[in-house]
Amino acid sequence: MALELTAARPDPALLDLPWRIPLEEWPEDILAALPRGISRHVVRFVRLSGRVLAIKEIKDDIARREYEMLRNLRRLHLPSVEPFAVVSGRVGLDGEPLDACLVTRHLQYSLPYRALYSQSLRKGTATRLIDALAVLLVRLHLTGFWWGDVSLSNTLFRRDAGAFAAYLVDAETGELRNRLSDGQREHDLEIARVNIAGELMDLDAGGLLQEERDPVDVSERIVTRYRELWAELTNAETIDDTERWRVDDRIRRLNKLGFDVDELEITTDIDGTSIRLQPKVVDSGHHSRRLLRLTGLDVRENQARRLLNDLEVYSAATGRQGEDEEIIAHDWLAQVYEPVTRGVPRDLVAKLEPAEVFHEVLEHRWYMAERAQHDVPIREVVDDYVANVLPGKPDERAVLGVDTEELPVIADR
Amino acid sequence: MATVKFDEATRIYPGNDTPSVDKLNIDIQDGEFLVLVGPSGCGKSTSLRMLAGLEEVNGGKIWIGDRDVTDLSPKDRDVAMVFQNYALYPHMTVADNMGFALKIAGVDKGEIRKRVEEAAKILDLTQYLERKPKALSGGQRQRVAMGRAIVRSPQVFLMDEPLSNLDAKLRVQTRTQIASLQRRLGVTTVYVTHDQVEAMTMGDRIALLKDGVLQQCATPREMYDNPANLFVAGFIGSPAMNLVTVPASSDGAKFGNHTVTIPREGVEHGGSHVVVGVRPEDVEITTNNDGLELTIDVVEELGADAYVYGTPTDGDISLVGGDDNLAKPFIARVDGRSVPPKGSKVYVYPKAQHMHVFDPESGKRL
Repeated sequence: MALELTAARPDPALLDLPWRIPLEEWPEDILAALPRGISRHVVRFVRLSGRVLAIKEIKDDIARREYEMLRNLRRLHLPSVEPFAVVSGRVGLDGEPLDACLVTRHLQYSLPYRALYSQSLRKGTATRLIDALAVLLVRLHLTGFWWGDVSLSNTLFRRDAGAFAAYLVDAETGELRNRLSDGQREHDLEIARVNIAGELMDLDAGGLLQEERDPVDVSERIVTRYRELWAELTNAETIDDTERWRVDDRIRRLNKLGFDVDELEITTDIDGTSIRLQPKVVDSGHHSRRLLRLTGLDVRENQARRLLNDLEVYSAATGRQGEDEEIIAHDWLAQVYEPVTRGVPRDLVAKLEPAEVFHEVLEHRWYMAERAQHDVPIREVVDDYVANVLPGKPDERAVLGVDTEELPVIADR
Repeated sequence: MATVKFDEATRIYPGNDTPSVDKLNIDIQDGEFLVLVGPSGCGKSTSLRMLAGLEEVNGGKIWIGDRDVTDLSPKDRDVAMVFQNYALYPHMTVADNMGFALKIAGVDKGEIRKRVEEAAKILDLTQYLERKPKALSGGQRQRVAMGRAIVRSPQVFLMDEPLSNLDAKLRVQTRTQIASLQRRLGVTTVYVTHDQVEAMTMGDRIALLKDGVLQQCATPREMYDNPANLFVAGFIGSPAMNLVTVPASSDGAKFGNHTVTIPREGVEHGGSHVVVGVRPEDVEITTNNDGLELTIDVVEELGADAYVYGTPTDGDISLVGGDDNLAKPFIARVDGRSVPPKGSKVYVYPKAQHMHVFDPESGKRL
């Protein structure tokens, strides 16, 4: 059997990897890091043509299915890892067939939850991770994706202006439908709750959980956060005809949550005294799309919100509120944003993404001003941040894992 | 523990004209292991998910014990989907890995310990309870995953192709484990697979579906010996039953120049042909011009016996079945000491007591 490569843009260098050796036995010199995390399968990271790839060894049909599913999710603009290739038809050195491999691109600056717990954590990290996962799950469900294996392990997190944005990593059990039934959504939620509790209990057992709170209580949060968000995004609302301002209010609330409204179905009752309105939410990323349009910066939702706020402040401080906002945005970019992000020396760029650095500098400015009891010029803030804060942070551009074990289910030999 | 009843249960997906599951009726006994089997798209997974509460039921009802669960949410049904998640937590002991879901459900510590110990006894894991999963063998890890479902002591276990992502060796190992475990626990179990061998080896009874319609629900033996229609006849058994369309009259059916007696309905149904089915092990094979003439194309030696694959010499004789348009060979199992050589001509006919006759129009058994 010949080695078969399925990829949208195949990289010939992929063929140079030692496909005739079981993934578990790949030589360490080609690996980007030792594999870690809770996994049913063998997973390895390699460096290839300047990028990091994650390779998972699974059965051929499952690899293909997951590859297609991840492609569909990307097409639907849902946050997930990017599928890169499926390598099948592998034959071992002994002539025995080997399982196929699914290759995905490593998501830059993303963090597995276990890596986050290995750093000295800010209080409330668990809840912020769960909040991010709730947003991801709502988005997936709105699009008709039934995950089937929701967990922190199957999610990667990127920093998002002090909060986190969640990305789906494992689509093996997932299915795309036109619409999900309440039973399907509830099932995903129950799986999420049990898995999160299990994952936190495991960290607790390993002495990695510094927070006092009970894992079971923390895991409840996925259910409450999800329900709140789902209700806000989908519930029909009846308002009195005299309160038409509340239509606008609903849209603002949705925008504030980061979601855009595609249609608003408004029906009045027969005597015209009350209005029923039901939003059809299309996509999150309200702020990040607005920032992209104004500045060309492509960042995550909370980062965008933070940057837009700073842009407002800039516009007020320079007394230019009446002017064309694209021109103001252009000036803000040149005079405020870029000087800050360019202030990071080259040897520290792998620590954090530019937009996250900007967010942290703004935070730092606030702390410095509070200490000094007066405003501090941004240049001074940047210098202080680069000298005293940034060097102490871990490199997060390619965090691949921390020291936990891989427990694939294997046959007794 | 409980009985399960699909009562005219129907599922129509929005935008579809035809139901994905059409008026399904199955009565599952308390403690029974029922396997839903069929080709992809037959409605087996949908049926299971209707029972789990993951698919809406558009018509009919579903009962667990004497409770109508048709409109209940999944977690109010007291069913457990097994093997949804194999992940074991490395820092937790085997006991905690098995019992943590009960802790989430608010069960008190003493009760958790009791149920974990009971499950461990059944799974032969008692001596490993305080160890970490890393110290276990692959098979033991599998059993810990099963233990997680067992300690919940649900009314019904549901399993949807649980073995599909395992390699061949582990699949056979786990198959045996699940079947024997289910018998020891006596918990009503509904199991979905596309693999008829899995269905035959595991189930107390098998329900075979096609295009959302139940074809037959019976014990593996009954399905094998008395298939209700052509589809069941062709699906159950490996290698598959030979199905040959032959001329029929009041004298019987002509299998080549060999006349076989067929039931009266076979003659009275009005058509001039019937489909005769014969399993490879039920073929009489001779060289003296009695029966359907075959040319042997392939011989597969298995030691004690052999399978021979042949093509009917009469080009008008066609074999029914097979998903593609390729000519289907006629398969016969023969004694390993007298195997006809490749290229030779032989004559075959069905052994009288082991013959199946079907209506070629309706596919029904006659």
